[in-house]
Amino acid sequence: MPSLSIHAGGLQLNNPVLLAAGILGTTGASLCRAARAGAGGVVTKSVGSVPREGHPGPTIVHVDGGLLNAMGLPNPSYKDFQDEIDTARVGGVPVIASIFGSFAAEFAQIARSLKADAFELNLSCPHAEKYGSELGRYPDLVESVTGAVKAASSVPVWVKLTPNTADILELGLAAQRGGADAIVAINTLKAMAIDIETGYPILGNRFGGLSGPAIKPVAVRCVYELAGRLEIPVIGVGGISSWEDAVEMIMAGASAVQVGTALLRGYGVFEEITTGLSRYLERKSLTLEELCGLAGRRRS
Amino acid sequence: MRPINCIIEEVRSEAPLIRTLRLDRNLDPAPGQYVMVWIRGVDEIPMSFSGPDTITVQSVGVASAALFSLGRGSSIGLRGPLGNGFVLRGKRILLMGGGVGTAPLAFLGEQAKSAGMKVASLLGFRSKEDLIFLDRFEALGDTIITTDDGSLGIPGRASAGLKELDLFDYDQIYLCGPEMMMWDIISRTREHAKKTQACINRYFKCAAGICGSCCLDPEGVRVCVEGPVITADRLAESEFGRYRRGPTGGKGPCRG
Repeated sequence: MPSLSIHAGGLQLNNPVLLAAGILGTTGASLCRAARAGAGGVVTKSVGSVPREGHPGPTIVHVDGGLLNAMGLPNPSYKDFQDEIDTARVGGVPVIASIFGSFAAEFAQIARSLKADAFELNLSCPHAEKYGSELGRYPDLVESVTGAVKAASSVPVWVKLTPNTADILELGLAAQRGGADAIVAINTLKAMAIDIETGYPILGNRFGGLSGPAIKPVAVRCVYELAGRLEIPVIGVGGISSWEDAVEMIMAGASAVQVGTALLRGYGVFEEITTGLSRYLERKSLTLEELCGLAGRRRS
Repeated sequence: MRPINCIIEEVRSEAPLIRTLRLDRNLDPAPGQYVMVWIRGVDEIPMSFSGPDTITVQSVGVASAALFSLGRGSSIGLRGPLGNGFVLRGKRILLMGGGVGTAPLAFLGEQAKSAGMKVASLLGFRSKEDLIFLDRFEALGDTIITTDDGSLGIPGRASAGLKELDLFDYDQIYLCGPEMMMWDIISRTREHAKKTQACINRYFKCAAGICGSCCLDPEGVRVCVEGPVITADRLAESEFGRYRRGPTGGKGPCRG
């Protein structure tokens, strides 16, 4: 079997299929379980500087081709999260701490205080006031937040971008200028659903983020655009639920991928995807490096 | 699946802060399964079934108080039935529960009895006034009652009634109630843990097994989809009875 191990975004990974932020990432035990189920790395639930309970329910709605969510960044704050990271590390794969704040110094403070294998900056959650995409849609803020965390931390810094923008490439270039070690693209698409019986927006927060198969073509396009111009690696995320999806995302230019909504099927998705990817590479006599960005080299 | 719109057809008062709501449809739940109930404009909360078309709510927080206050003809949104319920096994079963946790047990006992099983119950309540479903349990078979204040039955916690029973007489034991009550019983009946099915509660947000807020240490069991019914041998070495996570994901003390 061809090797799936790669070096991406400053981390050595056994395989390029990671657990995405916000999915089964509240406890060290569930992160550890993802690692043992075959994830090449795990990203924690986003943590901020003060405890948050998140939005009222419903927090998810199943829609055609995907899932809408508005969790609202619930977290116990970084001051109460190191234990979970330490427990997660027992799983034996890199643990990437997703962090959020509303200004550069807040991000930097969290990064200084937490010990993780890397940080992923949540500059892209579409449904929390004063956080996520409310900063992440401005290139200058993306650059300054990235720079502040880089200065505060000695581990790799990944920047997760929002697709809720006219030009994601501008955001990617800004993160690269700020010194990011990798780009993670994409977070969810801002969306909503309405209960036709009563007219109530279904999500407690009214707005949420759309994930799942419905957004994969958007994610593939974003990764393709970013990988074609950036010098730093791109981690692809958005609607990956099979090994075929992972191959497509890697062909678009992703060095690694993250899986989120597909965990609705359970922890088995990691092994499904890595096994399928491995067989595909063998059948095509390709290495992961050769597969990465293949679509960008096919332009006539 | 979007929430299913459902009308409350009947409201029955069980105790001062406990009401049973009969819904306009039977969602064909297994006892121990739950449904996410959307009280529009307020919140969405998990409720277990007290019958094939009923839920029984105790007013404790903002959302359950809002659900408790709904009258006949009101509508709610439902997502479910969800999770793994109780599995009936053997010929003789024992139901042990407390407070509003007796609701799924009454439902289970009725299914067991119509399947020809012999049913006995040990139920704990705070006081005589908090007693619910006594008629349902007595119709099933021998029923032992305990009350914390001694106003009815054996005085003390539910575990005070254990001395009246020989647990070796039962093929399967079913448990549902406040966490400390269940923990008390589980820790006193360890040799029966493999045949004890407990319906437990954790903080559910997504109820779809992906957000991680209900995961149980140290194995990371996703209670919302792998539970809420879990055998006691899996709980014995877990966080259950020791701590639980709240809405922020931070650890806090167990209630009840």
